[in-house]
Amino acid sequence: MKNTEETKMELICPAGNLPALKVAVDCGADAVYIGFKDDTNARHFAGLNFNEKRTRLGIEYAHKRGCKVFLAINTYPQSSGWERWKKAVDLASILKIDALIAADIGVLDYASTNYPELRLHLSVQGSATNTESIKFFHENFSVQRVVLPRVLSLKQVEQVAKTSPVPLEVFGFGSLCVMVEGRCILSSYVTGQSPNTFGACSPASAVEWKNTSEGMETRLNNVLIDQYKDDDAAAYPTLCKGRFEVSNNTYYAIEEPTSLNTIELLPQLQAMGVAAIKIEGRQRSPAYVKQVTEVWREAIDRCYTDVDKYIAKEDWLQTLHSVSEGRSTTLGAYHRPWQ
Amino acid sequence: MKNTLPKLSLGPVQYYWDRNKTFDFYERIENSNIDIVYLGETVCSKRKLLRRDDWLDIASKLKAAGKEVILSSMTLIEANSEVAALKTLCSNVDFTIEANDISAIQLLKGQSFVSGPAVNIYNSHTLDFLVKKGLKRWVVPVELSKNSLKDLQSAKPDNIETEVLVYGRLPLAYSARCFTARSHNLQKDDCQYRCIDDPDGLLLSTQEKEKFLVLNGIQTQSARTNNLILDIAELIELKVDIFRISPPSNHVEKIIDLYYQTIHNHYPVKKASDEMQKLMPSGGSCNGYWHGINGMDWHESTLDRL
Repeated sequence: MKNTEETKMELICPAGNLPALKVAVDCGADAVYIGFKDDTNARHFAGLNFNEKRTRLGIEYAHKRGCKVFLAINTYPQSSGWERWKKAVDLASILKIDALIAADIGVLDYASTNYPELRLHLSVQGSATNTESIKFFHENFSVQRVVLPRVLSLKQVEQVAKTSPVPLEVFGFGSLCVMVEGRCILSSYVTGQSPNTFGACSPASAVEWKNTSEGMETRLNNVLIDQYKDDDAAAYPTLCKGRFEVSNNTYYAIEEPTSLNTIELLPQLQAMGVAAIKIEGRQRSPAYVKQVTEVWREAIDRCYTDVDKYIAKEDWLQTLHSVSEGRSTTLGAYHRPWQ
Repeated sequence: MKNTLPKLSLGPVQYYWDRNKTFDFYERIENSNIDIVYLGETVCSKRKLLRRDDWLDIASKLKAAGKEVILSSMTLIEANSEVAALKTLCSNVDFTIEANDISAIQLLKGQSFVSGPAVNIYNSHTLDFLVKKGLKRWVVPVELSKNSLKDLQSAKPDNIETEVLVYGRLPLAYSARCFTARSHNLQKDDCQYRCIDDPDGLLLSTQEKEKFLVLNGIQTQSARTNNLILDIAELIELKVDIFRISPPSNHVEKIIDLYYQTIHNHYPVKKASDEMQKLMPSGGSCNGYWHGINGMDWHESTLDRL
């Protein structure tokens, strides 16, 4: 595909608060994505996210500098909470958010019926992993972009990109969901709260860090997720990233504490016509947002201006490693042998 | 008014079983008290010991035995080959399809369908929308509680049937990665079909030996068997039309019979529950999701009222 200004990949950065949003804008994000301060979004953590006033300030700050603001209303409302999701969509329209990122069919239907001018993106929580699913959301709700779950190989992304009726956004960097997003309820099995219902995975309220004579134990609602010898740094007990026993072997049976990093794949993603690269991490600090946005801004610009000479620079990789979960990164499902 | 008693269904086999075991299994099901049988591979497209014609053959026999037969679609659809197989499945006019991914609903283009437990229907707005697309029956997502279901039941049209997974290990997650292959230090593309050695999945325990999860290829299940036998009165009160049993590799006829006797012949639920404890695969039982608590918990308060 010929490089034109229309086909340059957008950089979509996370913001859990106003300082993070400003940093992302200042460091060159094309769009920042945020959520309201409740369970209508999948990063429903204490002390995080935006009330109405802060959303207005954030949009004003971003728009003055040519940056867009997307809003995630991407959890699954149950009937008793429906009004909260409805009001969130109403507010998104009033605030003239640049795009609403949603997953639930009921929410998408409400938004597209009542606010046809509101641009809709399908959230990664919508679990669309193939073109037929994308067509469903496009034809029924005029969804204009789809965020792909982190489960497709590079070849599969290419196949979907070729046949999808709408542009694709893919995850470039950040904490790695090993499971198809929107289809994992491991968290509620153990804690009663899941990303779908509550907007959090392995919620902090269920976490216990316990020093024992054997070393540090991490538990989630009393289920032992991992234990560490004295010298090892204990990782947050996300329950798919613990060490468990299978057939008498103890190992990271599902996944290691690691982050996704696709910076070396940028030329291929660009060639496929991927519209946007998303950075995970609304729960992370403004310092994280700054470091990661700077690296990815430079990488996307370089990939765009001189793709033939593009290589992932050593200092980019070092910076990204330093802010990664477990100080390690993976290509995840993009790289077929990972599967 | 007396409620109509619920029907019993058998969900699709989640594991990879030997070809003969599968045929024998469904032959026995022909003579069971099951009303509805869901057939087909829903977890991994590499599992091909039974081909499409084999499944249709089993379907015809079950139909001849008086069972309602539904063909279940794959849950995670990624590769073009999987989309192609789904298109073929959805073009079948003889049997209704259980859609386990939105792509199936898209391909069915308004034909009536059943939505499986991995289709996210959490509220009546979503349910209403899918009814317009042809949904005639839905399997309730397993993490929804009885209170949520109550709201959904009161808002849904009468002719839409509700099905609840009452017995079986819970499907908790799907991934691109095959965890069974990983446990054997193999990649998915060279998995050697090792999941065939685990007819009830591969047990995963914590480092203090708590039986926690079950690895079933790309699917992760609960080690505990979800069992709502103590909650039958509530399920009937909520007008749940169909009780689904997700088949373990052993004793499924006995489980079907205990549910049947409990529903139809007032067999004591506590006695049925105790008997089932001895029949289920290791890991114990749970019913927490139904009661609005942690899915892995076991809640006995219903029993106190009996």
